[in-house]
Amino acid sequence: MELNTYQQEAFDYQRPNIEKFGKKNWFWALFFLLWIMVGGYALYLQIAKGHVVTGMRDNVVWGLFIVNFIFFIGLSYAGAIIAGLLHLFKVSWGKPIIRLAQMMTMISVIVGPIFILLCVGRFDRLHHLFIYPRIQSPLTWDVLAVLTFFVGSAIFLYMSLVKDFAVYRDAKLNIPKWRQKVYKFMAIGYRGAASQKRHLIISQNLLAIIMIPLSIIVSSILSWIFGMTLRPGWHSTIFGPYFVLGALYSGCGVLIVAMWVYRKMYKLENYFTNKHFTNLGYGMMVLAAAYGYFTFSEYFTDWFGSAKWDSEVINKLFSPADYGWWSLFANFVGILVPIIIVAIPKTRKPGWITLAAFFMVIALWVKRYLIIVPTLETPALPMQDTRMEYVKYAATWPEWALTFAGIATFLLFFTLMSKFITVVPVSELEDTSHHPHHEPAAKK
Amino acid sequence: MKQEVEINDTSRRSFLKTAAVATVATAACGSLACSCSSKQAPATEKVKLLSPDGEIVEIDSAYLNHHENMAVLSQHEQRVGIAGKKFIMVVDLALCKNARKCITACQKHHYRPEETEWLTVKLMKDSEKSAPYWFPKQCFHCDNPPCVKVCPVDATFKRQDGLVLIDNDRCIGCKFCMAACPYSTRVFNWDEPDMPFNVQNMAYSAETGVPAKVGTVEKCDFCPDRSREGLLPPCVEACPNGVFYFGDENEDTVTNGSETVSFSQLIKDRAGYRFLEELGTKPRVYYLPPKDRQFPVERGYENLPDNLKARFKDIMEPGKKKA
Repeated sequence: MELNTYQQEAFDYQRPNIEKFGKKNWFWALFFLLWIMVGGYALYLQIAKGHVVTGMRDNVVWGLFIVNFIFFIGLSYAGAIIAGLLHLFKVSWGKPIIRLAQMMTMISVIVGPIFILLCVGRFDRLHHLFIYPRIQSPLTWDVLAVLTFFVGSAIFLYMSLVKDFAVYRDAKLNIPKWRQKVYKFMAIGYRGAASQKRHLIISQNLLAIIMIPLSIIVSSILSWIFGMTLRPGWHSTIFGPYFVLGALYSGCGVLIVAMWVYRKMYKLENYFTNKHFTNLGYGMMVLAAAYGYFTFSEYFTDWFGSAKWDSEVINKLFSPADYGWWSLFANFVGILVPIIIVAIPKTRKPGWITLAAFFMVIALWVKRYLIIVPTLETPALPMQDTRMEYVKYAATWPEWALTFAGIATFLLFFTLMSKFITVVPVSELEDTSHHPHHEPAAKK
Repeated sequence: MKQEVEINDTSRRSFLKTAAVATVATAACGSLACSCSSKQAPATEKVKLLSPDGEIVEIDSAYLNHHENMAVLSQHEQRVGIAGKKFIMVVDLALCKNARKCITACQKHHYRPEETEWLTVKLMKDSEKSAPYWFPKQCFHCDNPPCVKVCPVDATFKRQDGLVLIDNDRCIGCKFCMAACPYSTRVFNWDEPDMPFNVQNMAYSAETGVPAKVGTVEKCDFCPDRSREGLLPPCVEACPNGVFYFGDENEDTVTNGSETVSFSQLIKDRAGYRFLEELGTKPRVYYLPPKDRQFPVERGYENLPDNLKARFKDIMEPGKKKA
């Protein structure tokens, strides 16, 4: 594999990252593993004792798990759309972050579905989804959608990795033999011949063209699990686009945070430049406005119409005794703050943008909770149940443990992946203005 | 079958029809068994039967084995339903005093614990000034069931006889049906159901929902196992006031055990309606408005144990705040 000087420089700079697994890496990896083990114990309890160990009951049949499912799977759809767009429109500044977006896609499409499986009462019967599929059910659509998306994003990631695998193969890295063999195998004999280049570019373009609409479709299908029911707060015609936007928006935020973390961790200031933060910040601002618009439309329509059942949910969302404060947090931190931070030139800095993105991501998680739980707590018939846990949902420790285990898995994958492949793609890089010699390193 | 004695002609005809179907089915099993029981002395009476191959055969009645109950229904039979039937229910809200006999009868029939109520009685108060009334609610067995539409594995299904049942051998426990049902009808087995040992080992049937299984959904099934025997569901039989009228839409007949009436006439005379008609789910349960009530609403509240009283305190004692 031939690299130009700029690409070679990028590779040499990142070479130690994939050669060594340092003490810090071990620390974090073991820390995440510890969380995953706690989650594993919670999972054991859930399987051994039944779903009674969760806070879910007959009214609120879904809780944290489905919130996490929507959250993670949304990240993965966002990653695919962002990577696809950056690739298709040949955005030259976007080259260094495509890999990151694709990593996010791949990792969250692994972590997300774990959470929908946790909602299922009978693990032993999962094969029923394939031997007795009922095509009328939005859940069947979702199974097909997520599986298709999983395969698509794996190929999309792999296609953009082939050239880099060839680089790693030829670089005589100081790594164990088995890893060298893996790189050699994964590079599928890529030498940079004209025909190979052409095939690779065609397949990448095709995949990008497929992945963008696919993300929109699967994201909408996810929303239809809720939108197709007759419940207030769910049964809404804008739910498809609402979920697409929510996914893109939170994904944009996670991408910014991931960029910031890697930039700090591997000192990648020359590749994840201030420009990347500003540009993604602008993207985040536009998405925030769009998401805010959708949220407003949704609440305003229900509130103004004031049908009895709709109003009950709206009242819960806005009364301080119920979810008022959480709604305020979700909509203020989740929508207004990012807009303000990016709009003001003084705060349009990587640190501030990342901070806003970080809290926005949390707010969007809360927003998903507010979509799911208050609606389930508002059945058409009065509950008239004296068992408090049946009336009001409160997540139990196994649910939280599994939630944190999911986050830990997400982060563990990021840690391990960045030790196996370079976070900044090497062979795709273009020698543009953010050449290390042309631009001073960002302020540390 | 003794309960049938008081029933008028229309319903007796239906009973005979059921009996005829049962006989043929038993005979089909019987014809297989007849070769084995050749030791019995032949009687003179001959019976015409339909063999499993579709031929009519004449067999000496002494060779037939008589079975009290139907043999275990096949998966297919459980999913198709009882031929020619279209089950329907009418609930007379003017008669309900929250005696809760229906609930306990249901729990007993399905071996369900006290806190699991497939059938429940709500206290409804439609608006601020309107009078509260007792509202028994079981599964509505909708003709456009939102629960069936969303089941990813076809574990809950709609039968030809109008019933919506659950196959808990197939249910994966995703609870999508529970989220989709607007009437909070469905119940989940959050932990291992507590049942007598002999019940646990019974052959499962979607028509009874017994035995219950952990991690699966269950609900009111209109007791088709009782209908197959020509009996009424236990809730209908147990009600001391005859609140529930159960019957067949095809025959246009419903009965509460003591009187049998024309379904369409009853709905016409008493202005029957369906709950939340605007949702478009087309329930198979009709309600008669609580006009000319037989009992004051307090009758269903005063004698309740405290834990049940607490359910309705907000409406019955609006002045007092909950502790």
